[in-house]
Amino acid sequence: MPDYNVLLNQISEILAPFVKKGMTLTEDSELVAELGLTSLQVMELVEHIEDELDISFPLNILPDIRTVRDLALRLEKITNP
Amino acid sequence: MSLFDKFQPIAEVREELDRLGVTPFGAVTERLLSATEGIVSGHRVILAGTNNYLGLTFDPECVEAARTAAATEGTGTTGSRLANGTYAAHAALERELAEFFGCRSAIVFSTGYLATMGMSSTLAAPGDVILLDADSHASIYDGCRLSGAELVRFRHNDAADLEKRLRRLRGRGANVLIIVEGIYSMLGDRAPLAAIAALKREYGAYLLVDEAHSMGMLGERGRGMVEETGIESDVDFIVGTFSKSLGSTGGFCVSQRPELELVRFATRAYIFTASPSPSVIASTRVALRIVRDRPELRQQLWDNAQRLYDGLKAQGFRVGPDASPVVAATVDDRAQAIGFWNQLMHRGVYVNLVMPPATPTNSCLLRCSVSAAHTTEQIDTILGAYAALKLSDDDL
Repeated sequence: MPDYNVLLNQISEILAPFVKKGMTLTEDSELVAELGLTSLQVMELVEHIEDELDISFPLNILPDIRTVRDLALRLEKITNP
Repeated sequence: MSLFDKFQPIAEVREELDRLGVTPFGAVTERLLSATEGIVSGHRVILAGTNNYLGLTFDPECVEAARTAAATEGTGTTGSRLANGTYAAHAALERELAEFFGCRSAIVFSTGYLATMGMSSTLAAPGDVILLDADSHASIYDGCRLSGAELVRFRHNDAADLEKRLRRLRGRGANVLIIVEGIYSMLGDRAPLAAIAALKREYGAYLLVDEAHSMGMLGERGRGMVEETGIESDVDFIVGTFSKSLGSTGGFCVSQRPELELVRFATRAYIFTASPSPSVIASTRVALRIVRDRPELRQQLWDNAQRLYDGLKAQGFRVGPDASPVVAATVDDRAQAIGFWNQLMHRGVYVNLVMPPATPTNSCLLRCSVSAAHTTEQIDTILGAYAALKLSDDDL
């Protein structure tokens, strides 16, 4: 099962198209506030990650995820139950 | 930071609409001339956005039943079903609904929203898993969130994606509740219920189907998409509304499961609200009988739906995948969609303008709902108004 750093790299690749010019994606980057993802894009991102990792991502935990780090930590928990 | 900052996006849309002088979300129906015509925001229009699928809102028998009930039982029950709000007619309607669907029992709710929200919030609980179609109605999402169950979406109408998620849950030992709709309210497309029912059986899940936009419209007896698909024995719960084909307000759940009677006493959306008014129950009972006894209404509805769907498709509009009483044209540009809605009003046709996030994508919808009460001439007038749409409002 992928560890935190592997997941972080995967997330960075998936998010690359959303990173604006002059911006650097870090673990502290905020998905909505900084990257400007709409609610629809967040759901598309979730579907993409679900397919990549062959997991189901419960909607209940979305409100707790603000940053790239939050997302990687949650995915680590889901993929390493 | 103000308490109201989160409403700023709404304020911006309202300002844009005010600047354009259009009122798609504040349209006032000033007078109703019939089930299919009215005066809306100063325009005499054909009503093509009302969900009045069978046109029963002005049915003389329904109106008379409502009038009599108001005169003899009063204007409201002033209480919950578990307190003083159960009248003989509420219990009778529940018996009649159960009989109509061939089910063991039924619960009547005060609105359709409360029926879907109440059932989805009560059936599942923490430790359970809900798998819901991504395009489910807001009332289903709200109920699922309230339930505390683990909530997982599957791609809209994608049985293969649902199976992936069921497979991932294997071995967990959790109860799984699948929630789908019969016909989806925005694009009028149908759920692949046969495939979903097969998965439900294979994985030992429970299945709830919302027939809000299909009850009274599909199936030999008008029961809906579940009957049409022939999977009645696979469905644990059917929920629906009185506010569309039955022309009143309220909602219901029917089930073969004896446990539904226990769910009744645990459903807060049923317990902590006033029961439907006597007039509403009375007209709904008559409307249910009409659905049963007058299948020709369904034929008329589908003839109209097919005519509008084919006509808009032939004009080049991007409509949903299936001909259905919901006929929605997708318009990518928001300003264009608002302009089209406004032009349709000026040409005597009222439709629903639907904008994100109420739409399944980032696009807008000009959504028509067809009625059995529309005449062929009215359908052609609607088509004529669409055909005359211009890219700019200048030549109105």
